[in-house]
Amino acid sequence: MKEMAEKTRRDFLKDCAIGALAAGAAPLAFARDIHPSPTEQGKSRVVIARDVALYGSSSSPEAARVEKLLDRAMQNFSDSSDPVAPWKKLFKPNEVVGLKVNTIAGPGLSTHLVLVEAICERLQGAGIKPGNIVVWDRTHGELDRAGFTLSNDPNAVRIIGTDSKDAGYDETVLSYGVVKTRLSNLLTRTCDAMINVPILKNHSGAGVTLALKNMYGVNNNPDHLHANNCCPAVADINMLPPIRNKFRLIVADAMTGCFEGGPMFKPQYAWRYNGIILASDPVAIDQTAWDIIERKRAEQGMKSLSQAGLAPKYIAVAANPDHRLGTDDPKRIALQEV
Amino acid sequence: MNKTSASHLVPLVICLATACLFAACRHQGAAPVSIFPDSAAVPGWTRSPEVRTFPADRLADYIDGDAEKYLKAGVKSTSTADYKYKDQIQVVVDVYTMSSPSSAKTIFESEPAMDAQSPTLGDAARLYSQSLIFLKGPYLVRMVAYQESPQLPSALLDLGQAFESKLSR
Repeated sequence: MKEMAEKTRRDFLKDCAIGALAAGAAPLAFARDIHPSPTEQGKSRVVIARDVALYGSSSSPEAARVEKLLDRAMQNFSDSSDPVAPWKKLFKPNEVVGLKVNTIAGPGLSTHLVLVEAICERLQGAGIKPGNIVVWDRTHGELDRAGFTLSNDPNAVRIIGTDSKDAGYDETVLSYGVVKTRLSNLLTRTCDAMINVPILKNHSGAGVTLALKNMYGVNNNPDHLHANNCCPAVADINMLPPIRNKFRLIVADAMTGCFEGGPMFKPQYAWRYNGIILASDPVAIDQTAWDIIERKRAEQGMKSLSQAGLAPKYIAVAANPDHRLGTDDPKRIALQEV
Repeated sequence: MNKTSASHLVPLVICLATACLFAACRHQGAAPVSIFPDSAAVPGWTRSPEVRTFPADRLADYIDGDAEKYLKAGVKSTSTADYKYKDQIQVVVDVYTMSSPSSAKTIFESEPAMDAQSPTLGDAARLYSQSLIFLKGPYLVRMVAYQESPQLPSALLDLGQAFESKLSR
């Protein structure tokens, strides 16, 4: 048992070392690999798929429409005519694939269960066993309140919080820049690959929260990382090797967004954007999210985030030479609305 | 002391223990559980049994990311409970116990009013189609519903009045 634990720990340290080496490599190599269109080489693709009838007359999005929307987004993102092929390209059948959702705001503004179900369906279509899919967030309580039924059944999709006795935080303290933290064992040990499934939100501290800021739910001390509009902490935490190496795809839930008062749900500031946003570059998708939120604020006659002193400064920092997590340059973002 | 006289003391001991608990809550700045109206105290409303309380240094456990602004404004504790209206509409009620009425007002005024109605409730109130926020002394009460209904705004006001009445005591 001890030998096994040591092996796992050695594997983790090796993972970190590889990550440190990878930090010097081209950050968008993976993004280019999965959509190698010659006209877009060097650009980060961001696909926004929207369906105005997503909610129908209901207060929840319709499952069948969400599944179609996800397929439309993914097929455009990967230039594929087959809805399952892109998932096969991204994940191997023997891998344990995690979905990091965002459930802090309760049922009104958390990752929708129907979107998670649609992703799990496609992963299973790609050959991933249900027990090798792990939907997780920082606590059981938040998952439960957001409508997820907790399960640690190895034969079904697992839904689990890091605060579970079966998970917890890795004993290894990792640091980069201002961040010194311990990451969830679900990220460092359980999952081989990750999908980031954040929510389109304003954030009263950071300005915007989508892909990069969702990593505040994978570590043990997010409350220590909010100084100076969460900058550079958001960029720094995304440099940690397990985050940098394992997250392969971002499927942002932009069905309902919030333009003010986030990250918690305040219905008066929420709106139906009816969208799913796909990318593999977390900086490019966050830059895109910032634009969407600014447009909505302008439509509401509100000050821009910059005017309100809430520009998400961490996005530019994440793109700078010290981080190189992606691009915030609109000329290098291939934005496609479908 | 015989068994009969000891049994007479039981209610007294319970009262004293309750008073001590209430005093302790007050001392720590927590809104006592008793300010959350029970099920059926307001027609149509039921409350889940659990009331969770987060002292200031643990507020991030509840609203990480939003906690900073409450801490800056001087929050002492936050208590929260789930309600249901007519067994269908989920509502979360948060009671923020701030250090003073002015610190509660700081939070209230930091949020754009948008198209809110201003009902007569507490020291100031804003009513929306799915939420109600009001101030009463050092307390800021926020009710958020997760579904819509035409009857919801007036139902939120009814519940709000029950809270106000308890906070006034």
